[in-house]
Amino acid sequence: MSSMSEISTGKVPKRTPLKSSIWKQSMHRLFKDKLAVTGLIVVIIMFIACFIGPIFSPYSANKIHMNIMNHPPNMRHWLGTDGLGRDVLTRVLQAGRISLTVGLASMILSVFIGTLLGAIAGYFRGIIDQIIMRAADLLLTIPSLPLLFIFGALLSEWKVPTDYRMYIVMVMLSLIGWPSLARMVRGQMLSLREREFMQAATVLGLSSRRKLFHHLLPNIVPLLIVIATLNIGGSILTESVLSFFGLGVMPPTATWGNMIDAANNMLDFQNRPWLWIPPGFSIFVTVIAINIFGDGLRDVLDPKKKR
Amino acid sequence: MSTYISKRLIYMLIILLAASLLVFSLYALTPGDFISGNLKLSPERKAELREIYGLNQPLLERYFIWMKNALHGDFGYSLAQQTPVLTLFNQYIWNSFLLAIVSTFMTWLIAVIIGVNAAYKQYSWFDTLVMVGTFAAMSIPSFFIGLFLIKVLAVDLKWLPPGGMLATGSNATGLAYLREVVHHMTLPVIVMTLLGLGSLTRYFRSNMIDVIKQDYIRTARAKGLTERKVLFTHALRNALLPAITLVGFELPALFGGSLIIEKIFNWPGIGQLYMQSFGLRDYPLLVGFTMLIAVLTVIGTLLSDILYHIADPRVKL
Repeated sequence: MSSMSEISTGKVPKRTPLKSSIWKQSMHRLFKDKLAVTGLIVVIIMFIACFIGPIFSPYSANKIHMNIMNHPPNMRHWLGTDGLGRDVLTRVLQAGRISLTVGLASMILSVFIGTLLGAIAGYFRGIIDQIIMRAADLLLTIPSLPLLFIFGALLSEWKVPTDYRMYIVMVMLSLIGWPSLARMVRGQMLSLREREFMQAATVLGLSSRRKLFHHLLPNIVPLLIVIATLNIGGSILTESVLSFFGLGVMPPTATWGNMIDAANNMLDFQNRPWLWIPPGFSIFVTVIAINIFGDGLRDVLDPKKKR
Repeated sequence: MSTYISKRLIYMLIILLAASLLVFSLYALTPGDFISGNLKLSPERKAELREIYGLNQPLLERYFIWMKNALHGDFGYSLAQQTPVLTLFNQYIWNSFLLAIVSTFMTWLIAVIIGVNAAYKQYSWFDTLVMVGTFAAMSIPSFFIGLFLIKVLAVDLKWLPPGGMLATGSNATGLAYLREVVHHMTLPVIVMTLLGLGSLTRYFRSNMIDVIKQDYIRTARAKGLTERKVLFTHALRNALLPAITLVGFELPALFGGSLIIEKIFNWPGIGQLYMQSFGLRDYPLLVGFTMLIAVLTVIGTLLSDILYHIADPRVKL
C-alpha cells in the first residue's frame, strides 16, 4: 500500500500526465497504418541517404574531372557523370541535403510566424487582429509565383553570395506560406476562446500570456503537426520550381531543382537523361512519402477530418 | 445579403488598391529596367529613352499615373512589343483558356468517376490504389513531369509534338488547323489534368463517403432501387453540390494561364508571355498580368462564397 503510506506521510503521489497516454495511443494507431509507416520509412531513408550518404561516397560533389565527362551510368558511377565529370549520385545526395534543409527550415519558420500571428490575432482581436489579417489578405491576393520571382531577381541583383542564397530562399518561402496558416490558427483560436475551459481560466485570473501559451496553443498542436508535415512537401516543391528557373538556390550549391536545370540544355535533355531524371524522381519520392505520412498523421491526430 | 455583398465589394476594392501599390513598387524595385538590358544603346540615348518612357520619375508619381490610366481602362503599352497591354492579353489569353478549360473539364470528369468508385468500395484494394495515386499526383513537381513526358512521348517515341501550338512554319487552315492544335495540346492537357486530379479526386471521394452514410441513401436502397440508380442519381447529386464552390477558385487558373506548364511546353499563352516579359523587365505587362490574377483571385473567392450560400442556404453570408 505505497499510495496509502504516501498520503499518510503527506506526500502527494506523483501524477502521471494524461497527455502522454493520448500521444501514446495516437502513435500506436499511427503505427498500425501500413501506408503511413511506409511513408515514414521512406522519408527516414531519404534523410539518412542525403545527410550521411555523401560521406561514404568515394567522389567529391564539386571536384571537376575533365577526363570522365558525361559518362552514362556504369558500375563505377551508378548514375553516370555530368558535363564537368562530377559523380551524379553524389551530387543528387548532396543536393538532397540542401533541398531537405530548405524544406524543413522554411516549414518551421512559416509555422512559427503563422501560429504566432494567427494566435495573437485570434486572441486579442481588435486593431491588432485587423492589421495582421489585412496583411495576410493582401499577401494571399497577390499570386505567389510572380512574387517569388521578383524576390529571386532581387537576390541576384544584390549579389547575395550563393552560400547565403539558400537561407534567403527559406525566408522567401515562409513569407509566402504564413498567411494561410495564420488564418487557420486564428479561426481555431476564435472557437477555442469561447469554450468553458477558457472561461474557467479567466475566472482563475490567469494572465493573457499563460492563457495563450498554456491553454490555447496546446489545443492546436495536433493540427499544427499535421499541417507542418504536409507543408514540408509543399516547400520542397516550391523551392525546386524556383531553383529550376534560376531564381532560387544557385549553382555551385546543388539542389534537386537546379540540377533539373540541365534539361534546359537541348543536348543534355535529349541524350543525357541521367543528369536530370534522378533529381526529379528524388523530389517526387520524398514529397509523396512526406504527404502519405502526413495524411496518416492527420487520421490519427485530427479525427474530425476524414481521409 | 446585399449589404454583405456591397461591404465585401468595398473591401475587395481596398485590398486590390493596396495590392496594386505593392505589386507596382516591387516590380519597380526589381533591378534593371527595360532599357538597361539593351547593350546597343549609348548612355545618352538610354537617359533619353528613360525620359520618354517616364522611368526616371519617382516611384509614387509613376504609380499614380499608372493607376489613373488603369482606372480609365488603359494599362499602358508593352515596352518590348509596343502594343497596348490589354490587346496583348486579349491575343494570348484565349490560348491559355483553351488549355485550361479542356484540362479542367477532363480533371473534373475523371475525378468524379474515380472518386465515386473509390468511395463506393472504400478500403478495397482499388481504393488504396486510388489513394496512393492521388498522393502521387499531388507530389509531382509540375515542371519535371512535363519535361519527363516530353522526353518519353515526344523525343523518344515521337508520338506527340514536344511543344508549341502549331508545327513550325505551318499555315494550315480549317480542319487541318484544328487537328494540329489538338495534336499539340494533348501533352500539356495530359500533364495539367494529372496535376489537378489528386486533390479533386480526394475531395469527391470524401464527399461521396459522407453522402453514402446518410439516411436517405438507406431509404433509397430500402425502396429497392438499383445500386446504380442509388449511387449515380441520389448520392452523386448531393456529393457534387458542394463542389460548385470550387468553381470560383478555378477562375484564376482558367484565365491566368499556367506559368510553368506554358513555359515548359512553349505554349503561346499568357503565362508564357509573362515569363518572356520577366527577363525583359517589361513592367507594364508584368504589373498588368499580376494584377489580372489578383483581380481574378478576389472575384473567384467572392463567387465561391456566394455559390456556397446558394448551394447550402443554411450557410449565412
